[in-house]
Amino acid sequence: MTSLLFERSLPRFAAARIASTFGSGRGAALGPLRLVEHDAPSLPGEGWAHVDPVLSGICGSDLATLDGRSSRYFEDIVSFPFVPGHEVVGTLSGDAVGADGAALAAGTRVVLQPVLGCAARDITPLCEWCAAGHVGNCGHLAFGHIRPGLQTGYCADTGGGWSTTGLVAHSSQLFAVPEGLSDADAVTTEPVACAVHAVLRSGISEGDLVAVLGAGTVGLTVTAALAHLVASGRCPAPRALLVGAKYGHQQRLARELGATQALPPDQLPRAVRRQSRSLSFGGAPGTTATLSGGADVVIDCVGSAESIAQSIAMVRPRGTVALVGMPGRVTLDLAPLWHREIRLAGAYAYGTETVPKVRAPRSSAARSASAPSATSAGSAGSAGARTGGARSSVAQVEEVSTFALAFEVVAALSTGRLVSATYPLTRFEEAVAHAGAAGRRGSVKIAFDITKGHTR
Amino acid sequence: MSRRPGFVLEVDKSTPPTLFWNGEGFTLETLPEGSRVVYAPEPMKALDDPYAAVRHALLHPVGDRDPLPALLHAGMKLTICFDDISLPLPPMEAPDIRQIVIETVLDLAADAGVDDVVLIAALALHRRMTEAELRHALGDRIYDAFAPHGLLTQHDAEDPDNLIHLGQTERGEDVEINKRAATSDLLVYVNINLVAMDGGHKSVATGLASYKSLRHHHNPQTMQHSRSFMDAPASELHTSNWRMGRHIADAGVKVFQIETTLNTNTFPSSFAFLQKREWEWNLRDRATYAASSASLRGAPPRVARQIFHSIESPHAMTSVQAGEVEAVHAVTTENVWRQQGVDVTGQTDILTMGLPYICPYNVNSIMNPILVACLGLGYFFNLYRGKPLVREGGVLILRHPTRPEFHPGHHPSYIDFYEQVLTQTVDPVAIHKQFEESFATDPWYVHLYRTGHAYHGVHPFYMWYWCAHALEHLGRVIVIGADPKAVRRLGFSPASSLNDALEMATDVVGPSPTLTHLHAPPIMMADVH
Repeated sequence: MTSLLFERSLPRFAAARIASTFGSGRGAALGPLRLVEHDAPSLPGEGWAHVDPVLSGICGSDLATLDGRSSRYFEDIVSFPFVPGHEVVGTLSGDAVGADGAALAAGTRVVLQPVLGCAARDITPLCEWCAAGHVGNCGHLAFGHIRPGLQTGYCADTGGGWSTTGLVAHSSQLFAVPEGLSDADAVTTEPVACAVHAVLRSGISEGDLVAVLGAGTVGLTVTAALAHLVASGRCPAPRALLVGAKYGHQQRLARELGATQALPPDQLPRAVRRQSRSLSFGGAPGTTATLSGGADVVIDCVGSAESIAQSIAMVRPRGTVALVGMPGRVTLDLAPLWHREIRLAGAYAYGTETVPKVRAPRSSAARSASAPSATSAGSAGSAGARTGGARSSVAQVEEVSTFALAFEVVAALSTGRLVSATYPLTRFEEAVAHAGAAGRRGSVKIAFDITKGHTR
Repeated sequence: MSRRPGFVLEVDKSTPPTLFWNGEGFTLETLPEGSRVVYAPEPMKALDDPYAAVRHALLHPVGDRDPLPALLHAGMKLTICFDDISLPLPPMEAPDIRQIVIETVLDLAADAGVDDVVLIAALALHRRMTEAELRHALGDRIYDAFAPHGLLTQHDAEDPDNLIHLGQTERGEDVEINKRAATSDLLVYVNINLVAMDGGHKSVATGLASYKSLRHHHNPQTMQHSRSFMDAPASELHTSNWRMGRHIADAGVKVFQIETTLNTNTFPSSFAFLQKREWEWNLRDRATYAASSASLRGAPPRVARQIFHSIESPHAMTSVQAGEVEAVHAVTTENVWRQQGVDVTGQTDILTMGLPYICPYNVNSIMNPILVACLGLGYFFNLYRGKPLVREGGVLILRHPTRPEFHPGHHPSYIDFYEQVLTQTVDPVAIHKQFEESFATDPWYVHLYRTGHAYHGVHPFYMWYWCAHALEHLGRVIVIGADPKAVRRLGFSPASSLNDALEMATDVVGPSPTLTHLHAPPIMMADVH
């Protein structure tokens, strides 16, 4: 029974940091990550269950951690040693209760909503954010009866997905995988949920011009989420969705998933300028050309200083730049942000979304994952007012869990296609290196197949 | 020795390798036995005294026009329009023909006491000329006399205050041209006829028009039915321009057209071998070829470009005629064909061409991939009368490096066309329908066209439409020695060598195809029987 364990070791942090200068993901070989014999974590209390991971993805935030590039902001909401892996599809080893309150039998396939909020920490009353369903914003990540950890995969008490010994999850974290979804589909649910939340947080209005910068897993899932949320009437329809994608396969996937145009990132500002029919000024060496108009919303799925600067230069005055790709410490010229009154909005994780109510019944996938707190802002019969298709009326809204919406996206667009390769845990160095070079190697999402190469 | 006409050589065992242009360079290729090589006629004798010839033409007009002096009088409004930087190619040694003609016209205007004179470069949607380019075309004397007073202008197709809508032709085509020119008592147009396509009513109806007017004939449908552009009676492009030109005349615009023709003396003596037949190369030619090829191969593209764009052509005026537009153009066309016409019997399965470093739209600039396509499929392919040199369904093989390089100041909309349009489709009709209007009315392109030195936003579309006839006609287009990604972006096939290209071509035209090489420049017109 083995796990990949990430320990606190300053020399190894330093080694990982140095190794990562040769490429993202290189820190895995020299850093604090080790394959160890490891016992299953014990259940912290009532409402917790054991989950045996089947597939567990490697996320950009995992790479940043392994490479020693993570922001120090996270230091106090992480506890060591931890088993990484928060994008997880697995099976319940015993009976449990799901996030929607439904009973889940042993063996049920589940995906993990990994945030360890107040409910998981047995904190009462819930913080105002958890009470409102915005578990991603929980203010109690360092408190409660389990050790600090913003998510499963960063907490010493819960285990993580990169393990054959399994992890423990609270019922508030468990979502049964709808029938018809493959394991590959299911393992993309968590990143898709992030994307759904980002799209809904970015404040897109009908007829907006939206630009997505970056087309790794984050950018592509954002593209998919936006396309599906629009098609299902959950989000106002932009007039165009432009995606900056570095590699050919990313451009192809972006188009398949719903981009109006997918083109190299250095061409994106030109495309935004064209679509917004704006003028361009500046752009001398050392500066970024700025548009007189620009996109209404730019969704930055990279999170680097360069991408944020480019996003600010591409957005219109008073427009919104949504940061979805995890940023760290960056140096930025914020003069244009100030001068053009641009809103810089973070978009992290998931919880409960307030979305237009749609008349058509959601798929069984969505129904099975509805948030327990889902309520309607309108009367029970008000959905009948919608007569002209999914987008004909947005007068009524409902609260739906982000994961429920994510399941809809996963099912509609088969986002399992983004899983390019799986590795056994024993080949973790190769897996992480592959994930770090996914774009260059024609891949998108790399995952560990926990069932491969060993016996449980 | 008398001038030798154009010539079709049949390649045999004794034929030396044939020169192929290759952008900013050239190479020698061994063509298969039995191939044909079409050589341009040798240059016609230049006029002994161009100034005297111009004066004679102005005093002895053709068609229904009085001699120029009779049309000039004190108090009148005179506008002299002239062809822009796109003509001739390469730019000619000073004095430029425009300078010779306009100086003569101005002398006559001064004699008549005309003092309201404005010069307008007839840009259509081309980029504005720089001061250096204007000085080269007009000479310092004219430039210094007019430019400081704002009397030397460049047509602005986006200036609503200086455009006038003259109504529509009987086919509903909008005729909107430069207001100053249209409202003058006399519009003198000074043309340089490099190829038979130039001049005639096209000078005013295109050169001084707005997008609103140009879109009626610069579109895929018109281009597909222009077979070829070089043969006005068979060209829908010209038919439309002629309708507009006659409409302009009916609207009361009095045009005095001055057209000139050039000989094919295209390259200076240092590059004389470029217009010689290979078996006639002497020792010096061989040495020059070897030395220049070697040095150009080692030179960065930017340096090679600078070398070639510094070439000034010694081509000289062979005729000048003035008067009524259609009568003048009939004489001009005859003179152009006399210089450039080559009789060719029968079509070919494969047509090969080496494309040079220059086309009408990259003077002092970069030949980007769209211009490469336009030069090959738009211009060289259309250098025919009767039937295309290559049969329908045949293969066109081009040689050009076709690097994905663009001049950001001259061709900004080309970059977006390349990245955002050609990535979606290469079908001219679909491109026209889906993308043209948004580019044509884009405020940034309009701004750059009006204030910088940029081609209009819609210009790359026109370049692509120029290819429409060839795209419809050809079975395949192969480009040798080019950037493969750029070639594929254009919808063509890359090949690393002529042999590879010929091998690829057999998939389309079958084994043992016939092959013809167009040995241009110098420019020629194939009269295909």
